Amino acid sequence: MRKEILGLIQNNSKLAVADLALMLGSNEADIANEISAMEKEKIISGYHTLINWDKASTERVTALIELKVTPQRGEGFDKTAERIYRFKQVTAVYLMSGGFDLTVIIEGATMKEVALFVGQKLAPLESVLSTATHFVLKKYKDYGIILDEDKKDERMVVSP
Amino acid sequence: MMKDKLAKIPSSLPPSGIRKLFDIVTEMEDVISLGVGEPDFDTPWNIREEAIYSLEKGKTFYTSNAGLVELREAVCQYYKRRFDLDYAFMKESLITVGGSEGLDLALRALVNPGDEVLIAEPCFVSYQPCAKLAGGVPVAIPLKAENEFRITPQEIEDKITAKSKVLMISFPTNPTGAVMRKEHLEAIAEVVIKHDLIVISDEIYAELTYGEKHISIASLPGMRERTIIINGFSKAYAMTGWRMGYVLGPVEVIELMTKIHQFAIMCAPTASQYAALEAAKNCDKDVDMMVRAYNQRRRLMVDGFRKMGLECFEPEGAFYVFPSIKKTGLTSNEFATELLLDQQVAVVPGDAFGECGEGFIRCCYAYSVVELKEALTRIEKFVAKKLK
Repeated sequence: MRKEILGLIQNNSKLAVADLALMLGSNEADIANEISAMEKEKIISGYHTLINWDKASTERVTALIELKVTPQRGEGFDKTAERIYRFKQVTAVYLMSGGFDLTVIIEGATMKEVALFVGQKLAPLESVLSTATHFVLKKYKDYGIILDEDKKDERMVVSP
Repeated sequence: MMKDKLAKIPSSLPPSGIRKLFDIVTEMEDVISLGVGEPDFDTPWNIREEAIYSLEKGKTFYTSNAGLVELREAVCQYYKRRFDLDYAFMKESLITVGGSEGLDLALRALVNPGDEVLIAEPCFVSYQPCAKLAGGVPVAIPLKAENEFRITPQEIEDKITAKSKVLMISFPTNPTGAVMRKEHLEAIAEVVIKHDLIVISDEIYAELTYGEKHISIASLPGMRERTIIINGFSKAYAMTGWRMGYVLGPVEVIELMTKIHQFAIMCAPTASQYAALEAAKNCDKDVDMMVRAYNQRRRLMVDGFRKMGLECFEPEGAFYVFPSIKKTGLTSNEFATELLLDQQVAVVPGDAFGECGEGFIRCCYAYSVVELKEALTRIEKFVAKKLK
């Protein structure tokens, strides 16, 4: 049941509990209970809106920063990651396998703002060995949604 | 001048019941159409990509008449995997241009002039015309809502004559969404064997079931040798435009059907065959995902119609609901036309699928939840006015 609820609200968090109950052949009380239980357990960690900021004509830049980090005794990378993810400019931090250790995704108003943040806040951290900053030029698809796709129903309106 | 020269049988066929509606709809704006007979999903990208790759590699020639050997093998493996039926791909399978070609070939391979073709109705619109074009005499077996639109042995018995030869069934059914469980199939198999009938089993919606898994009548004892299975990729894989179908059956009939296919069609389109190969081999998961989504929408639709006060039998297959609109006092055609003009929602009148479909409408739920809810709201407004 949980998996089915999550499958539906992952793509549309606005679905009403009544509709979810109908679609999953359940009742409203059970669905509402499952959802609030999953919220408490942090399985559902939040409800967001996927915004195409390019269209909102608000100036915004996204950068992906590769960090090489010295792991710390007893803490591994967690302590450094925490130092970084607490900055509000940082929207995501992932521990990576391969050629570098942390991926940090930063959103800022301008490239300069992002560059300053990297130079002043990330690079000077003791455990950070190096940074490589990549700016996102265009987002084609985010969170499974193709942005700016003009989708029409191409089917004939009536067919046997 | 040309008019006098035209052949009698096709000229005498009545026009398709959905034509008139189609003409009105195309003139209108802001229409929500529940009138389609195809999935709303795009063909999965890996399938499309395989067709593109086949073109890039220059696979642009004819294939063998019966279709790519790899595809026939994949189709037979698929039937074994999903429905536990064994067919020898070299001799007992044929790739066709959609399920529609398979139906036409099967009838042409079986019917002699005057042979009677028993057709379980309501059904897909082409059964009667194809039976006539093959020189046969279609005999409708009207199925009943109180039997959940299943066919019963007695209904077959009632129509049997010395000329009865073929029985055409399609479960899950377009337009009703009815399915036959094993016990229902066993009951009719007995009658079929008793009267030495051949069954054309159109299983195009076999993947789209929401209760028990589909069972093919060919899997029952004594039925494999008298059944032709028609299937295809259109509905399960959202591939309607690719025109990819196939036929499974006893070697003698497949051979004859292949002969007709060879002269009439040559072979199914090559790029589509490569796409279908990918579908048959690697897309079980995509099918399951689509079935889950259809099932969720199905529940929404059945509930919506029942809340309006209309009787709606719970369909267990395909992607249609078939509510009764008898309470409104309108005919199917009046209902569909008035609903379209009043609320800009297109549905298909039930009698387009056979006379016994009168009093019902077919609504397809292969649409987004948002569209379906809007359509239900509009239909409810219309029905409320009529029930007042």
